Amino acid sequence: MTDNAPPAEDLPDTDAVQQASRTRRVIKLLIEAPLSAKLGLVVIFVYIFVALFAPWIAPFGESELVGKKYQPWGDEFLLGTDNLGRDMLTRLIYGARNTVGIALVTTLYAFLLGGILGIVAAVVGGWTDQLLSRVVDILMAIPALIFAMLLLSIFGTSVPSLILIIGLLDATRIFRITRAVSLNVVVMDFVEAAKLRGEKLPWITVREILPSISAPLAAEFGIRFCFVFLTISALSFLGLGIQPPTADWGSMVRDTADLITFEDYTPLIPAAAIAVLTIGVNFVVDWFLHKTSGLKDELL
Amino acid sequence: MNSSDKELLLEVSDLQIEGFSEDRWHQIVKGVDFELHRGEILGLIGESGAGKSTIGVAAMGYAKPGCRICGGSVKFDGLELTTASEEQKRQLRGARIAYVAQSAAASFNPAHKLIDQFSETVVHHGVGSREQAMADAKELYAKIRMPEPDTIGFRYPHQVSGGQLQRAMTAMALSCRPDLIIFDEPTTALDVTTQIEVLATIKDIVHQFNTAAIYITHDLAVVAQMADRIKVLRYGESVEESETRTMLNDPQQDYTKSLWAVRSFRKTEHAPVPEDVPLLKVENITASYVRGMDPVLIDVDFEIHRRETVAIVGESGSGKSTTARVITGLLPPTRGKVVFDGVEMPADYRDRSRDQLQQVQMIYQMADTAINPHQRIRDIIGRPLSFYLGMEGSEKKQRLRELMEMIELDPDLYLDRYPEELSGGQKQRICIARALAANPKFIICDEVTSALDQLVAEGILRLLDRLQQELDLAYMFITHDLATVKAIADRVIVMLEGRIVEQGPKDEVFSPPHHEYTELLLSSVPEMDPDWMERVIAERQQKGRMESAGN
Repeated sequence: MTDNAPPAEDLPDTDAVQQASRTRRVIKLLIEAPLSAKLGLVVIFVYIFVALFAPWIAPFGESELVGKKYQPWGDEFLLGTDNLGRDMLTRLIYGARNTVGIALVTTLYAFLLGGILGIVAAVVGGWTDQLLSRVVDILMAIPALIFAMLLLSIFGTSVPSLILIIGLLDATRIFRITRAVSLNVVVMDFVEAAKLRGEKLPWITVREILPSISAPLAAEFGIRFCFVFLTISALSFLGLGIQPPTADWGSMVRDTADLITFEDYTPLIPAAAIAVLTIGVNFVVDWFLHKTSGLKDELL
Repeated sequence: MNSSDKELLLEVSDLQIEGFSEDRWHQIVKGVDFELHRGEILGLIGESGAGKSTIGVAAMGYAKPGCRICGGSVKFDGLELTTASEEQKRQLRGARIAYVAQSAAASFNPAHKLIDQFSETVVHHGVGSREQAMADAKELYAKIRMPEPDTIGFRYPHQVSGGQLQRAMTAMALSCRPDLIIFDEPTTALDVTTQIEVLATIKDIVHQFNTAAIYITHDLAVVAQMADRIKVLRYGESVEESETRTMLNDPQQDYTKSLWAVRSFRKTEHAPVPEDVPLLKVENITASYVRGMDPVLIDVDFEIHRRETVAIVGESGSGKSTTARVITGLLPPTRGKVVFDGVEMPADYRDRSRDQLQQVQMIYQMADTAINPHQRIRDIIGRPLSFYLGMEGSEKKQRLRELMEMIELDPDLYLDRYPEELSGGQKQRICIARALAANPKFIICDEVTSALDQLVAEGILRLLDRLQQELDLAYMFITHDLATVKAIADRVIVMLEGRIVEQGPKDEVFSPPHHEYTELLLSSVPEMDPDWMERVIAERQQKGRMESAGN
């Protein structure tokens, strides 16, 4: 570096300038975002905040028995207690951490698996593509929720197996969309140029193709995250998802479901927590989709 | 022919058009005037971005999406089109003003037969009944020398060739016998041998029906054949306008002179290097895309020597690009072999060593798709440096700057940009730099200039020539443009339907006696002489008569 000092010094400068302009662009983008997207972003940030700082926000411990069962809303227990006498608000806050956290990990894992295999199928083609695509077809032919329940009852209902199984099933959908968008990029001359240069598969996948397909994949990520999240909640409601005493919104609905017959709406609160996040994420995804597809309108 | 005594048909004065981009309006046509009389053809020429097409459609009172006519007047036969109502303009379009687009393939509706699309306009404008229109179509198809004029109209667009489709579109434009036809680069997408036929048809038809026409093109030789008067445009402004012959022989403006001079570029001649082993030897290659199918290359056999430029010419589908794919190893041949520097190369690129891959580099036709839009120029050119030569850090930085200087781009300005921040010619230079970064001995140039404007293309050719002198490179130049071949080649290979029909030094191939196909190809390349087309057509007809008499 010492023999070539001037350019080396220039570099951080230009980087900093680019960084600053990028930050400005992001801020401008956020200000110009439609109201629905702003709302969605606020919702997401609130959830993230709650999930991160759960132990400090929550009045009690996650599975602490603090009162009698089914206590009504009041000063001591803001949202009452559940069927075992645990504080509902506390469990709701911890539920954000567990449900959202597990859903996020599952989605990331599904994207890693489905995305990489999808690009590989598109780049390599031939038998590899046939084999992967047919396996995916078979997996997709079985209704996802029933298949997940079947596998969970075989492998047990631990958190890792929950993540692996739901991730695998969702990866099939991601595989298909990644393969489809990659096929459009694979035919580009710059991919041919990379192949002729002698580049290996990982480079072509990560450096040549991935940047070109990241926009549709990011949009897909938002939608997938909601689905995974709903699947986990549904499975928990059915007793096959996140196991007690871990707090989770799906099983909270089930645990307190009896109350609905007494005109107590407590079970609807964890359900609403699920619904609000789903809608919030979808608002943001819609905006993102509009942004990326709107590129063409601007060119005209 | 003095045009001023003919009736004035179109009068455009101080035309101004704005386009919307990056959140504001930019002026793209800045006050252009011209007049057009009945039976007259006006040629509009200029580079891309000069506003040719925009002015062309403005003559119909139309502005492309995102554009608006913001000043001046367009008077068609007394009617002011800039203020006319949509309904008034609708009455004119198709009936009295017709438009022929560059890509007939993209402009026809693929789901309807040609003759139905022909009749639609006629019936819609109440010019005649469907039956009359269809009878007229057959007559016109015959006039423009379409094969089987009585039945060809009943085919779908994909069932006829590109040249025929372009002629069918010209016929369609004539369906209501318009007073004015706007031709927007109607032959740019065609092979030269097809182009001459379409050009002759258009000229013939326009004269027969005393139609006025605006002919838009970037090809000077074509406009020389077609136009009575030529108007040169640049950046949305008029550079100069005059009668075709005056314009060709005595251009006034420097810009026009530079356009005319493009075709004068000739590569630096140098004595061939005597050697025993050719750099590249392609031995009896036969190849097909699907095993068992008819081969697309048959017994292709040639050599390329060091510091030599070999041009491969032929129409689309003649196997030029397939030859390149075989050499690069993308398409392993069914028979024959590729020998590089005395060593046989594995047929499949995946079996070739890094050294072998490094020796053969490729430059593509479309620079847009040949470089990754998501990588910085620094990374695009830098990758071969670290991949093949193991360069990193300051050594790589130094080399990057050298390469940028070689391709005449300022490293400080361009290294950190993304491809979309570059012009078409600059992108092609980046492709050249990427090829050079590998220190190759041999570069395949696949139609590298055909997507570029002539001035820019000439810059690229000069650059390639200079690099050949400096770096002792050998080029294989794939092109359908014979002007490029004349400019840059040492030897020429003529291909037809997957076979080599003729090969040899440029002067030999380009001077008689020719192979029959070479003759056809050569004689179809438009020349700047305005009488060229008539002469060639007359010669061909005479030859045809002699042959039929002989038979």
